[in-house]
This record gives sequence, C-alpha cells and structure tokens, in this order.
Amino acid sequence: MKTFRRRQVLRTTALAAIMLAAGIANPASAQDRKSVKIGYAISKTGPNAGGAGITTLPNYQLWIKDVNDAGGLELPDGSKLPIEVVEYDDRSSSEEVVRAVERLATQDEVDFMLVPWGTGFNLAVAPLFDRYGYPQLAVSAVTDKAPQFVQRWKKSFWMLGGGHDYAKALAAILAEAGKTGAINNRVAMVSVADGFGIDLVTAARPAFEETGIEVVYDKTYPVGTSDFSPMINEAKASGADTFVAFSYPPDTFALTQQAQVASFNPKVLYLGVGTGFPAYGKNNGENATGIMSLGGIDPNNQANTDYRKRHEAVTGTAPDYWGSVITYASLQMLQEAIKRKGLDREAVSAELASGTFQTVVGETRFEDNQLRTLWWTGQWQNGTFVGVAPGDRAGVSKVVLPRPEWKQN
Amino acid sequence: MLVTALLSGLVLGGTYALVAMGLTLQYGIARIMNLAYGEVVIAAAFLAYTLFTAWGISPVAGLLIAAPAGFALGYVIYGVMMRPLVARAWDKASLEIDSILATFGLLFVIQGVLLVVFGANFTSYSYLNVAVNVLGTTLAANRLLAFVLAAVFAGGLYLLLTRTLWGTALRAVSVAPGSAPLVGIDVDRAARMAFALGGALAAAGGVVISMYQTFTATSGVVFTMKALIVVIMGGVGNILGALSAGLILGVVETFVATYLDPGLTLAATYAIFLVVLLWRPSGLFGRIAR
Repeated sequence: MKTFRRRQVLRTTALAAIMLAAGIANPASAQDRKSVKIGYAISKTGPNAGGAGITTLPNYQLWIKDVNDAGGLELPDGSKLPIEVVEYDDRSSSEEVVRAVERLATQDEVDFMLVPWGTGFNLAVAPLFDRYGYPQLAVSAVTDKAPQFVQRWKKSFWMLGGGHDYAKALAAILAEAGKTGAINNRVAMVSVADGFGIDLVTAARPAFEETGIEVVYDKTYPVGTSDFSPMINEAKASGADTFVAFSYPPDTFALTQQAQVASFNPKVLYLGVGTGFPAYGKNNGENATGIMSLGGIDPNNQANTDYRKRHEAVTGTAPDYWGSVITYASLQMLQEAIKRKGLDREAVSAELASGTFQTVVGETRFEDNQLRTLWWTGQWQNGTFVGVAPGDRAGVSKVVLPRPEWKQN
Repeated sequence: MLVTALLSGLVLGGTYALVAMGLTLQYGIARIMNLAYGEVVIAAAFLAYTLFTAWGISPVAGLLIAAPAGFALGYVIYGVMMRPLVARAWDKASLEIDSILATFGLLFVIQGVLLVVFGANFTSYSYLNVAVNVLGTTLAANRLLAFVLAAVFAGGLYLLLTRTLWGTALRAVSVAPGSAPLVGIDVDRAARMAFALGGALAAAGGVVISMYQTFTATSGVVFTMKALIVVIMGGVGNILGALSAGLILGVVETFVATYLDPGLTLAATYAIFLVVLLWRPSGLFGRIAR
C-alpha cells in the first residue's frame, strides 16, 4: 500500500514536471530560435538501403547543403535560419521507422519531417504524420489509393502516381504500336511477388485486356530470384513481341544480362525498378537503347539538367531517372511554402495543397494533394532515359520501336 | 527442353555449391558457425568490382588476389577472435553458441565497413556475360565458370582431404576433436587452417558471383542463409555433400520454374530441404551424430 502510494506520487510529480517543462520550453524556443529542426528516418542499412541510398538520401543531403550554403531557410519576414538535421536509421524495419518518426515528433520536436523511402514505409508512418500534424510529402510511394489516403490524412501528399497510371500508359503505347504493325499484340509478363510487382501486375492485366492486348505468359517469381533463364526461355518460346517485367533492381539487372546471353530480343522490353538507375545506363551502354520502364525526364529541361550535374558533384553519385528529381522538387516545394507561410505546419500544409511552385521539374502544383504531372513511361535513347508518355506533356520524346537487337560485346 | 532445364539447373546449383563449400569447412572442421560468412562473400565481390572498374583487372585474375586475401582474413579472424572462444569452451554446444554470437557481431562490423566505403547502392558490373553453347543449350559463360570452379574446388578438396596426411588430420579433427591430439595432431592449427581455407573459398565465391549478380553491402545474409541450407542438407563438413546438395537445389529450382511455376521455387527449395532432413537427419553425406 505504501509503495503504491509512493509510485503514484512519483508519477504525478513527473507528469507535472513534464507539463511545466513543456509549458516553459515552447514559448522560449519560439522567441530566440537559432535554427529550423528538420528530421527524418531513412533506411541506411538493411534491404531497403539500396533504393533509399539512390533516390532519397542523396537528395536530402543535397537540399540541406543547398539551403545552408544559401544562409538557411527563408522565413516570411526575410530572415534566414539554418537547418539542423536529426537523422535516424530505420534499419529497413517498419517497426523501427514508426518508432523513429514518433520520436522525431515527440522527443526531438522537429519543425518538419521528411519522409522515409518506400510505399510501405510511407503508409506505415502516415497516421503518425497526421496525428502530430506534420505535412507528409510522400515521394517514393506508388499507390492507386492516393485519393482515399488524402481523405483520411489531410496533410498527406502523394507524388509518384499509382500502378494504374503506369500500366495504362504502357498499354496505350503497346496498342498504338500494334496498330501500326510494328509489333504483334502478344505480351509475355513476369512480376516479383512483392508490393511493387503485385501492384503493377494487377493494374496491368485489366489495362492490357481493355486495349486488346493478349497476355500469353504471366508468372510471378519470389524476391531474391537470381536465375531468370527458365522464364526467359518460356517468354522466348511464346512468340510475344513484348516482354514486360515488373521487377526489383537486382532482378532488373539480372534480366538484362540474361536476356543478352539468351539472345532474347523482344521488340519491346519493359523492365521495373532499377532501369532508371545511373548504373544501369553505365553497365549496359548502347545495349540499353530502347529499353522502357517507369519514369523518365525531359532532356531539354535546363533546370533538371543543372540539378543532375549538381547532384553528381555534391553527392558523388548521379540521380536516378524516376524518383530522384521528384524528391528534390518536393523539398523545394516545402522550402518555398515555409518562405511564404513560416514555420506554422498548418499554414504550410494549406499552402502546399493550393500553391504553385517553381521547382527543378518546372512549374509544380498538387491536384487533390497528388502530383499528376509525371512521366508514366520512359525509354533509354542516346544514353538518356527520356519520358515518352503521356504524349501530350511538353518536352515528351517520341517512343522508338522496335528496340535494336543486343550488340554482343 | 529437358536438357536445357537440367543444364541451367546444374549451373545455378554450381553457384550455390561454390558459396556453401567454405561454410561447410568452417562449420564442419573448425566447428565455428560463422554467421559473417556471407559478408566475406560480399567483401570479395566488392574487391572484384573495385579491381575491375578502377584498375581494369579481370575478375578471373582477381580470384588470385581475393582467394589468398580471404585465406589471410580467415587466418587472422580465427587467431584473434575464435581462438579464445575455442580455448574456453568446455563442449561443442558452448563453442557453437559463443561462435554464433561472436560472428553475429563480426557480421555487422564487416557490413558497416562496407557501407562506409562503398555506400548502400546496388552494385553490379558485367563480365564474361557471353553465351556459351553446351549440348544445344545457351548458358552464360560467367555462370558456367562458377559451376566449373565449384566442381574443381570440390574435387580438389575432396582429394586433398581423403588422400593426403594433412587432409586426414583435418578430418580427424572434424570427427573427434578430443581424441585427435592423442595421435599427435595439432587441433588448433588444423582448425585454423580449415577456417582460413573456408575464408578463401568464400572469397572465391564472392568474386565469381559478382560477375553476374547485383549485390549491396547488406546482402551478405542472403548468401549465409542459402549456404546454411546447402551445408545442413549435404551433411556438415562434407565437401561432396555441399556440392551435391547445391546442385540438387539448383536443378529442383529450375525444374519447378520451368514446368510448374516460377513462384514456387522458394517453396520447392524448402520442401526438398525438409524431405532430405526427414529421410537423413544428418544430411545427405552426414554421419549420425553421437
């Protein structure tokens, strides 16, 4: 009985102390703040580190350096505050990313949070961003459910489209090429049995059916598969002119190599994540020409070209051709919204939702909290991965089919 | 079709066997369950990548650098980290637990160094990615090389272990580490040699795999897992067991992918693993544990 009471007392005292500290700390920090605290949790180790290390983390580092070199984040009154970074490694574990984001919000009390890498992780932290009132600019998250998510989490923004967008764009290109007689209407398709592959292939099946494309081979394979020769042999024997693989980076690299060995020359070769990685273009050189995938860039956009050069100079690695530039653009939007509205997260979120911003991808704005001006399909042409769909967007390149046969080296 | 599937399967299995052979030596003879094994494989892969991209040294020549380096690394790790554990262990089980914990730590040390030096990016390069025609089947030259190396290493080690006095001593240590000193075998030296040899095999495997597989600094654990399955299935410490178990896995995976569904390859791997263990609890070539 006695101990119980003592514990009660301790608890109350502690609670009181916390309340007091919070009450004192908040106004004080608002008056004489020396910096803007920006925090993020990212996969620096574990299986997701590969993707995060290409698309997300280098852009965070580049942006923070850019901002701090220019004197800091500009506020509405014209004053500038440097960025103070709080970084956590989520070790590619979704429990860890949730814990880190919670910590950023409650203990580190950061002013703004940047997002983790990956669709699953962005979904995992979305309720937390929402509960603590942080705007969430989810870039490396591909989801068809964005319209519903926006309803549920008002301050969430989805910037990379959904599986249906990419699948429909591909189906349209194939149907168009089929009409001109450049390719037959048969498709062989494989997909990785994991988030990305499942999403894309379930979107692709109806999209192909609608446009009258016949899927003659449709198989999934487990994550970590390294030998694709059985699938390539089947696809080769199927007589399809188009081979589509909704694959992860290691698979994308392996499929490219093994298709060359097998002299498998589909007229259309569409591969998944990894096709837009700088290493892909470097490894495959001329043989990359004509290969299609998700994403792309406008090669004549000067701002984007400058960004790519700076990215390589500062971080030592080239950006990819899909999510990288969007990641940097999302940070520029946040920076501009802070400049217009200050550090009030509510006002910044509202500004993000309604404002128009100049970024490295040109004039950018959200429609219903989603970025819809994206390249749905890209193709390697002359050593650059250019956007070829949607066809009515400014700066689009013309799709070149059929792709040239492999040059044996 | 049948021949194609069989040959592709054998070549895939060659990769598995190549990676598993070093682990079977380390676990079977030195009695160290090395969880950092895959990290050594990846470190060698990065070494081959660096040699190839920075200095233009072909990975085949890189083998001549990586394998001795792997041997030296294994030798040093055993001397510095494992020797004290062996000295204080009072039975086999306690050494196993201690070595698992110690090498689990080592895993993160090697991984951390690789992350700092090379970053977390996917790494790959292309070497010997040319078609070779074997019995009407097109195979990739780099994968064929892995198969040939696995067969050569397995054959060479088998002869070494069964036909030489030195090999017999190693096997004696593997069978009865307590009794081996009675006939004048330096158990510590033999175990150290086996561990170092395992390191050399891991490094050789890493170099060959880097020619055709995309890897990251954190993907070592995948190789440890696969190698562990092969080692347990083949019988701990048995080189020919590792070779045949690796080849069986490769052939089964390819047949399942060709004739059933590529989605079932993982399930097939574990099904065959289960069947073998039910049929022979100590592995294909294993002795019944006393």
